[in-house]
Amino acid sequence: MKTILVIMFSAMLTDNFVLSKFMGICPFLGVSKKLDSASGMGIAVTFVMICATMVTYPIHHGILVPNHLEYFDTVVFILVIALFVQLVENFLKKCVPALYKSLGVYLPLITTNCAVLGVTVLNIDNGYSFGQSVINALGAGLGFMLALVIFSGVRKKLEYADIPETFKGVPATLIAASIVSVSFMGFSGLFN
Amino acid sequence: MAENKTSLVKELTKGVIKENPTLVMLLGMCPTLAVTTQALNGIGMGLATTFVLLGSNIVISALRKVIPDKVRIPAFIVIIASFVTLIGFLLEGFVPSLYDSLGIYLTLITVNCIIFGRAEMFASKNGVIASAFDAVGMGIGFTLALFLMGSVREIIGSGKWMGITLPVLSDNPMLLFIMPAGGFFTLGVIIAVVNKLTNKKPPREIGCKGCPNAEACGKAGECK
Repeated sequence: MKTILVIMFSAMLTDNFVLSKFMGICPFLGVSKKLDSASGMGIAVTFVMICATMVTYPIHHGILVPNHLEYFDTVVFILVIALFVQLVENFLKKCVPALYKSLGVYLPLITTNCAVLGVTVLNIDNGYSFGQSVINALGAGLGFMLALVIFSGVRKKLEYADIPETFKGVPATLIAASIVSVSFMGFSGLFN
Repeated sequence: MAENKTSLVKELTKGVIKENPTLVMLLGMCPTLAVTTQALNGIGMGLATTFVLLGSNIVISALRKVIPDKVRIPAFIVIIASFVTLIGFLLEGFVPSLYDSLGIYLTLITVNCIIFGRAEMFASKNGVIASAFDAVGMGIGFTLALFLMGSVREIIGSGKWMGITLPVLSDNPMLLFIMPAGGFFTLGVIIAVVNKLTNKKPPREIGCKGCPNAEACGKAGECK
C-alpha cells in the first residue's frame, strides 16, 4: 500500500510530468488559457494515459518480451496509442455523446502528446508491475491536470499585467511557467 | 537549373534562421527544455533529431503518392518511430554515454512535433531532394537552438562549457539554471531576445493560431 501511494504522489508532485520532466509542454502552454479547457484536457489525458498503460503493458510483457522483440516498443506503443485514441473518439461519439462534447475536442491532440508515450515507456523502464503501472499513470495524469489548472490561474493574472512589448505572449508565459516550476521544487525530497 | 539551385539553398537556409523550428515556430519544446542542461547534450539531441528528420522526410516524400490520404497520420508515425528505433540502436552501440544522458527523451523524438510538422507540411508535398534539404536545414536550426540553450544553462548553472570548467563563473554557479525552472526561464528570455532582434512578430500564442500542425491535429487546441 505504501509503495503504491509513493508511486502515485511522486508521479503527481515531485516528478511532475510537465514541470520537472518537461513532457506535454505543448498542451500545457496551448490549452491552459481557460480553467474549463485546462481541466477538460487534464481529464482526457488522465483517461488516455490509464487506458494506454492498460493496453501497452500486456502487449509488452505478453507479446514482445516472449518473442524477444522489445526493441519494437516505440513503434508498437505509438501505433497502439494512435489507434486507441481514435477508438475512444469513435466510441464516445456513438455511445456517450455528452462526454464526447466535453472531451472529444482534446482527443486528437493527445496522440502527439509526449506525456502519454512517456508514461507507457517509463512504466516498462522502471519495471513496474501492472498495478503499479496503472497507479503511476493515474498519478502522472493527475499531476498533468494539476499543473494545467494551476497554470491557467496564473495566466489569467498575466493577461492584465503590464509587461514589456518584447516579452508579451510566449516569453512571459514561459517565465511564469518557470516560477510555477520553482513552487513545485518545494515538493522535492518529500518521498524517498 | 540555376534557379533550381537557389531554391534548394533557400530550403536549406530557411530552417536555420527565418523559420527556426524552435525559436521562431515554437515547435518541439519538450526536448528543448529537457535535455539542455549541458551544451553537449543539446548537440547530441539536435543531431539525433536531424537524423530522424532526414530519414523520415526522405521516405515520406518518396512514398507520398503511395500513402492514401486517410491513413497518412498513422503511416507517418510508423515511419518516424522506425527511424527513432534505428537511432536508438546506433547511439546505444557507438555513443553509450549520450544514450544514457538522453534517456527516455530519445524515444520521445517520435512525438517531436517538428518531425511530424515537416512531414505533414513539406515532405508530403515536395520531392525527395527538396525534402532532404529541408530536413537538414530544419535539423541544423534545431541543433543550433539547443546548443544555444545548453550553453547558456551550462555556463550560468554549473560554471562549465562543453565540460570545461570556466574560471570565476564556476565559483558560485546558479544551480537554478540547470533545474527545470531555469529551463523555462532561459527559453523565455531567448525567445524574447529573438523577438527583439528579428523585430517581427512570431506567433504570439502557442495555440492553433500559431501552430503549423493545426490541420493535422484537427485544431484541437482551438476549442472554446
